[in-house]
Amino acid sequence: MATKMTQPKIQVQDFNFFYDEFHALIDLNLAIQQNEITALIGPSGCGKSTFLRAINRMNDTISGTRAEGVIKLDGEDIYAPDVDVVELRQRVGMVFQRPNPFPQSIYDNVAFGPRVLGMVHNGNLPQMVEESLTDAGLWDEVKDRLKDSALGLNPGQQQRLCIARTVAVKPEVILMDEPCSALDPVATLRVEELMRKLAETYTIVIVTHNMQQAARVSDRTGFFWLGKLVEFDETGTIFTSPREALTEAYITGRRG
Amino acid sequence: MNTTKSTDARTNSHRRTLKRQQTNQIATVVITGVAGLVVLPIILVILYIFINGIGAISWEFLTAKPRNGMTEGGIMPALLGTLLLTFGTGIVCIPLAIGAAIYLAEYAGDNRLTRWVRLAIVNLAGIPSIVYGLFGLGMFVLFLNFGTSIVAGSLTLGIMTLPVVISTAEEAILAVPQEFRVVSQSLGATRWQTIRHQVLPHAIPGIITGVILGLSRAAGETAPILFTVAAFYLPDLPQSVFDQTMALPYHLYVIATQVPGMPLEIQYGTALVLLLLVLSLTLIATVIRTNMRRRRDW
Repeated sequence: MATKMTQPKIQVQDFNFFYDEFHALIDLNLAIQQNEITALIGPSGCGKSTFLRAINRMNDTISGTRAEGVIKLDGEDIYAPDVDVVELRQRVGMVFQRPNPFPQSIYDNVAFGPRVLGMVHNGNLPQMVEESLTDAGLWDEVKDRLKDSALGLNPGQQQRLCIARTVAVKPEVILMDEPCSALDPVATLRVEELMRKLAETYTIVIVTHNMQQAARVSDRTGFFWLGKLVEFDETGTIFTSPREALTEAYITGRRG
Repeated sequence: MNTTKSTDARTNSHRRTLKRQQTNQIATVVITGVAGLVVLPIILVILYIFINGIGAISWEFLTAKPRNGMTEGGIMPALLGTLLLTFGTGIVCIPLAIGAAIYLAEYAGDNRLTRWVRLAIVNLAGIPSIVYGLFGLGMFVLFLNFGTSIVAGSLTLGIMTLPVVISTAEEAILAVPQEFRVVSQSLGATRWQTIRHQVLPHAIPGIITGVILGLSRAAGETAPILFTVAAFYLPDLPQSVFDQTMALPYHLYVIATQVPGMPLEIQYGTALVLLLLVLSLTLIATVIRTNMRRRRDW
C-alpha cells in the first residue's frame, strides 16, 4: 500500500452536489489512487452512493440535480462543458447493488458493451467475451452455456457476470455500489477475492455497508456523514486509530 | 354465572360471523352476475350475426364481385378495399405513433412541447370519427388534391388511429424496467443505443398489440372513409393508391340502407365477414399480449 507520489487517478476538489434544494454532498476533497481499492462507508443517506454516481455522471440522468466543483480523472475535469459523458462512462464503469444482467444470454450480456461502443473488429468478440468472463472468474462455470439466459445463473454468478460486462468495455475505473449486499457470504467472498485481483488492472471505488468488507478489501477508506467526508485515510488507520471521534463511534457501533 | 355469560358472548359472536359470511356470499353472487351481464351483449351480437349470416358465406361470396345491383354475387372488392385501407392506415400510423411514443416515454421532459403533444393526443382521441372524415375531405381530398382515394382514406384513418397506438406503445415502453436503461448507459451506450437495444426489444410485443388494436378499429370505421375513399359501387378494382375503393363497413351501410330489395342474408353475411375480420385482429393482439406476459422474466 505504498503511498504513490504520482498524480491520483481521481482528484476531487471542493465538490458539492444538490438534488433540487437538498445539499447532498458538501465540500468534498479527496484523491483516489490508481490501482487501489477505495472504500466509502457511512450510514444510509450520507451521500456515498451519490458521490459514487457523480464519478461517472450517472446522476445526470436524474432531473433536478446540480454539481459544483471539480472531479478530475487523470487531471481532466469530468464536469467540464466539452466532456463527452458517453465516453466518460466507458472509462468509468459501474457495478450495481442488485445483480442486474439483461434478460439475454450470458454471451450477449458481456458482448453488449463492446458491440455498442464499436470495439468489435475482425471477429474478436468471442475472445473479448472469454477474456472478460475469465477476468470476472466466471469462465469455467459458464463456458458450456454461453447461449443460455443470464437469469438462470445464481445471484453470485449474476453479479460476477455484471462485473464481466463492465470489464468488457475496458474501463479504467470500476465503481461498485454495495456489490455484495444481495449475495450470501460465500458469493461475497468470491467477489471480494475478485476485487483484489481486478485492482491490479483497474482502480476500484466501492460503497459498502459492511465494515468488515471495507477493512478486508480496501486500501483506503472514506467515512461519509450527512453529505460530508468526515475522514479519509489508509484503511488500517481508519479502523485502528481514527482521527475523528465520529468515525470511531460509527465503526465501533456497527461492529458490536 | 360467569361461564354462562361467556357462552352467550361466544354464541353472539358466532351469529355475527354467520351473518357476515351470508352477506359475503350474496355480494359474491351479485358481483359475479353483474360481471356476467357484461359478456352477454357481445355473445348475443356475435351469435345473432353468425346465425343469420353464415348461410351467405361461401367461397364465391368472398371472391366474387357484386352483381345485379349488388343483390347477388360477393363482396370481394369491399373486402380487398378494407384490407388495403388497413394496410395503408398502418403505413401512416405506425411510424408516427411509435416515434411519438418513444419521445413521450424516453425523451419528454416537462416542457412546452411535451405538454402540447400530450394535449394533442388527448384531443385526437376525443374527436368524433365523422369529424375525422370531414377533416380528411378538406385536407387530403381537396386541399392536398389527392382526390377521393386510398391515400386520402389511409391518411384519415391513420390520424384517427394515432391516439390509441401512441398510448399503448408508450405504456409498453414505460413498462421496461428503468434499470435496463441505467445499466446500458453506465456501459457507455448512448441514449439511442439504449432505446434501440435494451428498451424497444422488450416493448415490441406491447407495441404490436397496440398497433393491431388500432388497425382493427380503423378496419371497422365508416365515417372517416365516407368522404375520403369509399365508393358506393365500382365495376373495377382500384388500379393505384389514388383510386377510390369499396370498403366493408361502408358497403354494409350501403346495402343495409340504400339498396332496395337487398336480400337480408347478404347483409348479415357482410356483417359477419367484417366482424370476423375485426375479431381475429383483436384475437391476435390478445395472443401476443398473453405470450408476452408469460415470457417476461424480470
